[in-house]
Amino acid sequence: MASLAHRRPGFRDVATTRSAGWTARAALTTAVLVATTAFAADTLDPNALKRLVHQDCGSCHGLSLKGGLGPDLRPQNLEHYDAEILTGVILDGIPDTAMPPWRPLISEEEAEWIARYLLQQETQ
Amino acid sequence: MKHLILTLAATLLMTTAQAEPTATGDLGLVIERAKGSVLLVDQSDRAALARIEGLGDLSHASLVYSPDERFAYVFGRDGGLTKVDIVTRQIVNRVVQAGNAIGGAISDDGKLVAVSNYEPGGVRVFDADTLEMVADIPTDSKTIGLVDAPGRRFVFTMWDTGETWIADFSKGDPAITKITNMGKNPYDALITANGRTYITGLFGEDGLTALDLWAETPEPIRVLPNYGRGQEEMPVYKMPHLEGWALSGREFVLPAVGHHEVLWIDADTLTETGRTQTHGQPVFAMARPDGRQVWVNFAHPLNDTVQVIDGVSKEIIHEFKPGPAVLHMEFTPRGHEVWISVRDANKVMVYDTQSFEKLREIEADSPSGIFFTARAHKTGL
Repeated sequence: MASLAHRRPGFRDVATTRSAGWTARAALTTAVLVATTAFAADTLDPNALKRLVHQDCGSCHGLSLKGGLGPDLRPQNLEHYDAEILTGVILDGIPDTAMPPWRPLISEEEAEWIARYLLQQETQ
Repeated sequence: MKHLILTLAATLLMTTAQAEPTATGDLGLVIERAKGSVLLVDQSDRAALARIEGLGDLSHASLVYSPDERFAYVFGRDGGLTKVDIVTRQIVNRVVQAGNAIGGAISDDGKLVAVSNYEPGGVRVFDADTLEMVADIPTDSKTIGLVDAPGRRFVFTMWDTGETWIADFSKGDPAITKITNMGKNPYDALITANGRTYITGLFGEDGLTALDLWAETPEPIRVLPNYGRGQEEMPVYKMPHLEGWALSGREFVLPAVGHHEVLWIDADTLTETGRTQTHGQPVFAMARPDGRQVWVNFAHPLNDTVQVIDGVSKEIIHEFKPGPAVLHMEFTPRGHEVWISVRDANKVMVYDTQSFEKLREIEADSPSGIFFTARAHKTGL
């Protein structure tokens, strides 16, 4: 999941590589466009996020999210929460519990995506 | 004539080779967590021999070996308890004994296999031969840190209630001793190789709690109760593990929680002897069997890195990045090599522990725990 954390610095590198030549500028524009598209909220990398949910949230909640040290995260157990509440829990954690804040590692858009994914996932 | 004898000898050799019994002393199993399979590996040949499938959900799975190093008891996350014959390379028995499980242990005599469960919370004990349940010990809590102790005992701890129970099976039906006030949210535990000291790590408060299992009435002993005081806690994205091998020389080496360091504790006095700042939140701090080195891996998002700490100077002497998501490390019994599972590279990597040179990469599907059969003869493993 290092890719999530490292994407933004990569983007900055591209954007600051100023060059005079037309070809270079065209290439840069293309690169920026590609990069910008990759970051737009509606085109988050769902595979990377799914992987994060199952592998890393899964450390406590189980690979199939059936629960472990942390609670069961399948939709039937979450449906009384709305996505906004879940997004807040993901970003800021729950004090005095083992749920850590994920804000240092993911963006608000990514947290929202995860909240919606948790509420909508197929029952496994 | 000479030719004939040679041919005869060769034929005999071949026949012998085919009928030769499988020696299991240098074999091991690697958990393939996503696929629900285990990979049989040969430590001397640094090779995978076979894949055994059909073990259910193996995320966070572990296993123990029978005393003859023939059978592995694999504890799956979905409550599955699977008995694998590594000689015939087959599953010989499997029961789904609970809804959500977290590891297990085998009794010192090899006759009982115990499983620690989150749901329903408690420990269930099975006949190692038939996998029939012989005891059900509900605890009303998620149960962690289950180990075997000498005298046909199992010791385990409750995440929710902070109690440690000792279940003594020496007289048939278990006699349970309950020790309360072990601390807030114990997350894992280990027992020392001599079976005397049981140590739980605490998530809900600073420090660890030890029990002297040789005492007539074991009492909780606080260890480093204030180790993180005054320092800001960092988020913990994966709970550390404690394992019996994390004993280097006369000291325990244990991962701190919420702090990026490992803690050194004198094994006799249970007082702090040092700290080593590390790259991230340590998950495993594994001492090489001789105790001279401690290898540490880390929680997400720094889980591509391994650091090696010198057991004498307590300084980091080597750091490298085996690849994405280093989940587990297992030393050969005499410590000359270490096998490292790199989940997202789909590889197990073998390193020389003296030169740190990579010796081999072995393909494996999302590998996690690596377990060599030598564990069969170690208390607590």
